[in-house]
Amino acid sequence: MHRIATLPASPAATPDQAQVAQPIPASLRRRRRPMEGAIEALLFLCGAVTVLTTIGIVYVLGKESLLFFGSPAVSIAEFLTGTTWQPAIGQFGIWPLVNATLMTSTIAMLVALPLGLAVALYLSEYATPRARGTLKPILEVLAGVPTVVYGYFALTAMTPLLRSLLGRDVVSIYNTASAGLVMGILILPLVTSMSEDALSSVPRSLREAAYGLGATKLETSLKVVLPAALSGIAAAVVVAISRAIGETMIVAIAAGAGPALTFNPFQPAETMTGHIARISGGDLSYDSIDYNSIFAIGLVLFVITLTLNLVSRWVVNRFREVYE
Amino acid sequence: MNVGSARLFAPAEATTTYRPNLEGRHRRGHLWRVIFQVSTLVGIVALAALLYTVLDDSFGLVAVRNQVDPATLAIAGTPLDELPKEQLVELLGENVSAGLMRRLESDRPFAQRSRQDVYELVVERVVKPEIVATWSLSDSLLARGAIAETVAEKHPGAQLQFRSWLSPDFLTSPQASTAAFAGVRTAVLGSLWTIALTILVAFPLGVGAAIYLEEYAADNFVNRVIRTNIANLAGVPSIIYGMLGLAIFVRGLSGLTSGAFAGLADPTTANGRTILSAALTLVLLILPLIIINAQEAIRAVPSSLRLASYGLGATKWQTIRHHLLPSALPGILTGSILAISRAIGETAPLVVVGASTFIAVDPTGPFSKFTTLPIQIYQWTSRPQPEFRHIAAAAILVLLAMLLSLNAGAIALRNRYTVRS
Repeated sequence: MHRIATLPASPAATPDQAQVAQPIPASLRRRRRPMEGAIEALLFLCGAVTVLTTIGIVYVLGKESLLFFGSPAVSIAEFLTGTTWQPAIGQFGIWPLVNATLMTSTIAMLVALPLGLAVALYLSEYATPRARGTLKPILEVLAGVPTVVYGYFALTAMTPLLRSLLGRDVVSIYNTASAGLVMGILILPLVTSMSEDALSSVPRSLREAAYGLGATKLETSLKVVLPAALSGIAAAVVVAISRAIGETMIVAIAAGAGPALTFNPFQPAETMTGHIARISGGDLSYDSIDYNSIFAIGLVLFVITLTLNLVSRWVVNRFREVYE
Repeated sequence: MNVGSARLFAPAEATTTYRPNLEGRHRRGHLWRVIFQVSTLVGIVALAALLYTVLDDSFGLVAVRNQVDPATLAIAGTPLDELPKEQLVELLGENVSAGLMRRLESDRPFAQRSRQDVYELVVERVVKPEIVATWSLSDSLLARGAIAETVAEKHPGAQLQFRSWLSPDFLTSPQASTAAFAGVRTAVLGSLWTIALTILVAFPLGVGAAIYLEEYAADNFVNRVIRTNIANLAGVPSIIYGMLGLAIFVRGLSGLTSGAFAGLADPTTANGRTILSAALTLVLLILPLIIINAQEAIRAVPSSLRLASYGLGATKWQTIRHHLLPSALPGILTGSILAISRAIGETAPLVVVGASTFIAVDPTGPFSKFTTLPIQIYQWTSRPQPEFRHIAAAAILVLLAMLLSLNAGAIALRNRYTVRS
């Protein structure tokens, strides 16, 4: 078949073959093209900028942290175990800041995780294509609102709401509960879209098999589809936690200024990110212990979020179910 | 998932007892369905509440007390707002200090000012209206009577008027120390300068890196490091980028970012807390996003296009320049616009890099001190006085309008692209 198809072309090719025997004219020979190599090198440099960024982050955080821990006023042991953060009197224990970060992040996850999963299940298993078409853009809008607007929302809407529900004596003007709740709303679209991607990639045959065995829609969703998508959902949760820990503006506006070790979510407490934002927003003189201290906090923040992101990728690679 | 199905349809259970509980199972299914729907509704309600709060604070009644009653300023029976320009200038001269008059004259000679402009000056400098109390839009509409009573009781002499905090004046006035006269011009210009510089640097860098990774990079150690690194950078909190910018651009390269190397340094800032530093910080922040989006757009170009180009004897760069980039461009632009709208709303890294807390002078170039719209919103929100909450809300509306128009542009691009292919 193939031969026959090419046959008509061969008579036409004969005169060309005569030409091939002649030496190839210089204009058709492979030319040296130095520009091609130069362009590739230039594009490689563009990619290398991202690596330089990481090196820059590690170098800057590491160097300033070393200066911080090198100063006689601070010891690493005190930094990691101390429960008072008061630079004015030389107390640098990071726990009040870490504790506030954990509180806001926990509250945020308590809101975002169940809600986000429920919305993802609804969108991927229950909603009609038309409903999904309207609901997904709305959630995308929620994800696109700048965080400073959420901070404003926490301070001017969520805090007054909490105060009118629970009493003005119980809830302070600045508190971690309000910041955490609003942060939950901020993270909701992230959890939803990542979980929904994971749920939607579960093959249809699994659902049909469950229906065929007599399972209801809920049983199919919760006992077949959800476990099958678990690795993707776990990754979404880890990424969401990392996002909550690194979130700055909401806590800077609504959680309060001044590090305080409190387990009461209705009291003000400053998180790691909030502290960095407040200290660096003022007039900061370089090489002061305050300047170095925010880099030490930044290093802790960077290590936590980097670990969480690596865990998330590991979870996806290790536990992902591959369907044909 | 096999575990899940095994638990559900365990043969032991099925053979030993048959429980006809289908009705219960369906009821449970129905209940959870409602729960899922309500959760979705909560998300939408949250968005609605957010918008409602902003709108509620952007408009509303204010009680204004004038330090000087405009009625006493009437000249020969003509009320203040009908006086001709010459008399208004005279009035201004009689009531404010000579120094202020000279300053106003040197800002812009009175001969060149319009009557409206002079009238506004008289109101601002002589009548001196002061906002003594404010109300939200919902209160203003629903409880107007109660508000009028409160004003009569607590603020005698104050007038109640409806105020839209978002007004043409608000858009064109610079920052001011009183909420009533403050505007967002400085902040909007600062945002535009910063974003323009960010695009200028980030777009070519990001697209270049994406082309390298998709078209050139072999699967070797260095390129794997670059790929993994980009994924990790996308997860780094934005405030960390701010610290990087503070240490490298503001401090380390202050000679470059303050403009001192070219003798362009702003005399009021001898340090690197400039628009250039802010823009470079944002570049590093959105670079991973631009690269990831551009990579996807390039990957979507069918390889037949490349092969056809190579077949005609084009070199690799010619293929990329003339065939790959034009087809991938709409996708690249859409992704980049989304990354840029992230940069516009970003606040935390710029707080760390050192945006100015109070600046009423328009930025004039990359080496100016700066503030941006989100920073302005942050500062106004942090003030305890309620008036500032209202102008923060109005500024949020301006910011959301900027973002909305950008996103509309991205959607229009996407639609045009889908129609064509």
